[in-house]
Amino acid sequence: MSANTHHTATPAEGLTFYMKDEHHPEQSTMIGFWIYLMSDCLIFAILFATYAVLGHSFAGGPTAKELFDLKLVAINTAMLLFSSITYGFAMLEMEKGNKGLLVSWLVVTFFFGACFLGIELYEFHHLIEEGAGPWRSAFLSSFFTLVGTHGLHVTCGLVWMAVLMVQISKFGINPANKRRLMTLSMFWHFLDVIWIGVFSFVYLMGVL
Amino acid sequence: MTADWTSLLFGKLTLEAIPYHEPILVVTFIGVAIGGLTVLGALTYFRLWGYLWKEWFTSIDHKKIGIMYIVFAIIMLLRGFADALMMRFQQAIAFNGNEGYFPPHHYDQVFTAHGVIMIFFVAMPFVTGLMNFVVPLQIGARDVSFPFLNNFSFWMTVAGGIIVMISLFVGEFAKTGWLAYPPLSDITYSPDVGVDYYIWGLQIAGIGTLLSGVNLIATILKMRAPGMSMMKMPIFTWTAFCTNILIVAAFPVLTAVLALLTLDRYVGTHFFTNTDGGSAMLYVNLIWIWGHPEVYILVLPVFGVFSEVVSTFARKRLFGYTSMVYATVVITILSYIVWLHHFFTMGSGASVNSFFGITTMIISIPTGAKMFNWLFTMYHGRIKYEVSMLWTIGFMVTFVIGGMTGVLLAVPPADFVLHNSLFLIAHFHNVIIGGVVFGVFAGINFWFPKAFGFRLNAFWGKMSFWFWLIGFYFAFMPLYVLGLMGVTRRMNQFDDPSLQIWFIIAAFGAFLILLGIGSFIIQILYSIWKRDELRDETGDPWNARTLEWSTSSPPPAYNFAFTPVVHDVDEWWFMKQNGYKRPLSGFIPIHMPKNTGTGAILAGLSVAFGFAMVWHIWWLALVSFVAIIGKTIHHTFNYNRDFYIPAEEVAAVEARRTQMLPAE
Amino acid sequence: MASHAHSNAHGDHGHHDHHHGDHASHGTFGSYMTGFVLSVILTAIPFWLVMGNVIEDKTVTGVLIMGLGLVQIIVHMIFFLHMDTKSEGGWNMMALLFTVVLVLIALSGSLWVMHNLNTYMMPELTPEAAKQLP
Repeated sequence: MSANTHHTATPAEGLTFYMKDEHHPEQSTMIGFWIYLMSDCLIFAILFATYAVLGHSFAGGPTAKELFDLKLVAINTAMLLFSSITYGFAMLEMEKGNKGLLVSWLVVTFFFGACFLGIELYEFHHLIEEGAGPWRSAFLSSFFTLVGTHGLHVTCGLVWMAVLMVQISKFGINPANKRRLMTLSMFWHFLDVIWIGVFSFVYLMGVL
Repeated sequence: MTADWTSLLFGKLTLEAIPYHEPILVVTFIGVAIGGLTVLGALTYFRLWGYLWKEWFTSIDHKKIGIMYIVFAIIMLLRGFADALMMRFQQAIAFNGNEGYFPPHHYDQVFTAHGVIMIFFVAMPFVTGLMNFVVPLQIGARDVSFPFLNNFSFWMTVAGGIIVMISLFVGEFAKTGWLAYPPLSDITYSPDVGVDYYIWGLQIAGIGTLLSGVNLIATILKMRAPGMSMMKMPIFTWTAFCTNILIVAAFPVLTAVLALLTLDRYVGTHFFTNTDGGSAMLYVNLIWIWGHPEVYILVLPVFGVFSEVVSTFARKRLFGYTSMVYATVVITILSYIVWLHHFFTMGSGASVNSFFGITTMIISIPTGAKMFNWLFTMYHGRIKYEVSMLWTIGFMVTFVIGGMTGVLLAVPPADFVLHNSLFLIAHFHNVIIGGVVFGVFAGINFWFPKAFGFRLNAFWGKMSFWFWLIGFYFAFMPLYVLGLMGVTRRMNQFDDPSLQIWFIIAAFGAFLILLGIGSFIIQILYSIWKRDELRDETGDPWNARTLEWSTSSPPPAYNFAFTPVVHDVDEWWFMKQNGYKRPLSGFIPIHMPKNTGTGAILAGLSVAFGFAMVWHIWWLALVSFVAIIGKTIHHTFNYNRDFYIPAEEVAAVEARRTQMLPAE
Repeated sequence: MASHAHSNAHGDHGHHDHHHGDHASHGTFGSYMTGFVLSVILTAIPFWLVMGNVIEDKTVTGVLIMGLGLVQIIVHMIFFLHMDTKSEGGWNMMALLFTVVLVLIALSGSLWVMHNLNTYMMPELTPEAAKQLP
């Protein structure tokens, strides 16, 4: 690691047994959060596997082809993509130390995220109204759970974003807030990656 | 109207849920109540609450958290073992029309609780506790990467344990076996709250386990002392690293599967139901994707313990360090491609069964390599038969037997004969007791002086070892025999009187193990009583090899006054060989994290949430859930989480140690 | 939970070198825009393929959708998540690869096992037969 950059004590035989000044281990937050995301990824893997296994168990109920409205999904995907790029812009403003613009971009991101969530809830509501709720068939159970879990993550991301906006407004762009913004950035973009899997595998393949 | 109000207030909870009509439970309750009140009274009388809260419960010191994990595991061991003992005596007497004292519905809860508690709340906290205590010391760090998270993880584990324990006196526990297979665990066939207790207990504890896994991986990757490359990490740290990778990669699977079961039970979805397209077989498949790595999560860290113990007491460098590391890594990966061997008989085809049979057999190769490494380490060593070393030798013999019956079970046709028989029960107890439990006791005996500054009494340690070892063989060898005769597991009574003698022998074995556990408790109490005679002031009572032994016993809050610079796998040995002199001046302020009560508070709220969900008390669930979120957000508004230990204080602590050490 | 990022003072010491996690690359306006444009294109194509019924053969379309999805995931990893082989001393990439392997094992293994089980244990339960169930 970085032993050679530090002052060291050298007692016997030219060997160095300990460091004379304080050792600063590297920041763990990023790798720790990344590892957490990897574990989250496995939760989704299991939900995808469940969907893959049960996705054709319609139990005489409606099929994917009859239910999915691709236009809605396309709009929804657009919302998430926009929120991604706006979060990217927020990060660029953070780098510049521009607090006002940073919070503004976060507000925009929040808006797109909320739209995504709203559309998803509308879709769920619509499906349930049509009698295609999660209790109708194993296919619908796994569909609602997979998409709903993603939505739940987006909700967590939104709550987290709201809290961060308050914290940045209150305490400024300090190192702790910077680190939180970067972890939220990872979280947010990770949700995009999951969504790519969802729209490709669930919606597009389902309608195909 | 009244009924509406009570169900709104209390959900499904009624007075009938208190099992006052079950004499065994009433007696247990009285016992627990008297014991509990005595402890609580004593704590109050000696005014220890403030001390415990300030110094322990809110502590984010990895050493104290590690110790608390182990204390928790010991308490739960007593509960889990009480279940085991009752089952053994039930089976020993329930012959010839004698129904014993457990009706089936109660016996089913007992074996489920025994399995769940022993795996999740005994074995897991034992190994997590050891890793927590030892790893940062071994890598020359001041604490873990996320000290607050560590405290939170511990309390979540405890919260899960509390939920499982509540089920003893309020309602009932699952009657499904420790993995709660549907359709039995579905709402149709288990309409009671037992499975709900199971689900929420495991989910809440699972959060703790997962986060502690993340924490320790980050710690090992980022907090190592300068000079400690991956291939210079002590072997226990290596096994801890792989274990935590397994935790992080396996527990999400359990979380997801249990969440799906929860949805089936609460929302009415059809993942695992018999109707509307659900597949119970899917549950079995998914839960074993977690379940198999789980057994390696338990056993890998104790492989590390044995490696440290063997090289210390053989006075030799560990034989084949590199091969040991690679064997550990290979086991880590292989453990993900063997899960199907738990359900060969469920009916997959020959191709699937043979694939998983072969991968299972392959996994014994790295394990065997480890066994030879330990043997070669001992070969030509000057072995000191301390208590930890006895446990290690006991392990080596016992674990090989368990491993070989495991390879036997890996052969699908053999498994078709032995599946769900007592042979399987004997096998996994053989590896879990012979591996994990023996390893934990080796570890406790080995590191106890580091944690408390005095050794454990050797006589009672040896008593404990011999009772456990002999008791184990008496308890489980008969089960191998019975299993080969075709006796299945989870039976509360038997028809064939010729089987009884084997169950009586097994019950005798369980009684010997009881003496072993008793001796262990006596060992601890006696050692505390005689602590001045057993005092170790050197910090290195075994003339050991790795960095944790270079600091004082117990280590100061900051672990090391100066961060070590590492040259060798056995760095402390290297330091001793190369004329290391303890620094006596030049101390600097040390940066440390502050204690916080947030972890304990969040876990308390989680217990309320879990209990509310179990009993469908929706208002309480909502309130506690909002409180959890609120408290979490509140915690993030605290930016002032660390402080400096002034240099003078460090100097004073180190000076006290200098006085204790013999003059050089 | 994730916002528990522990605030320790290591970040304020001014003791930074390029190893520190704080200084992982954040991307530039250009890189974010590149990623965005690419992902818009990669999203649009599969939607167009399905909604416009462009290709007759469903297998080909299916393979194309999954392939494009995979490419888009990689684009997001590079341009939005800033993955490279060097960040965090390569451990980020290592963790990702390990996870990908496990995801593949869990997915393909489950499908293989469940297909086998369904074939041998529930042979009559085709979707048509399932419709006859109560």
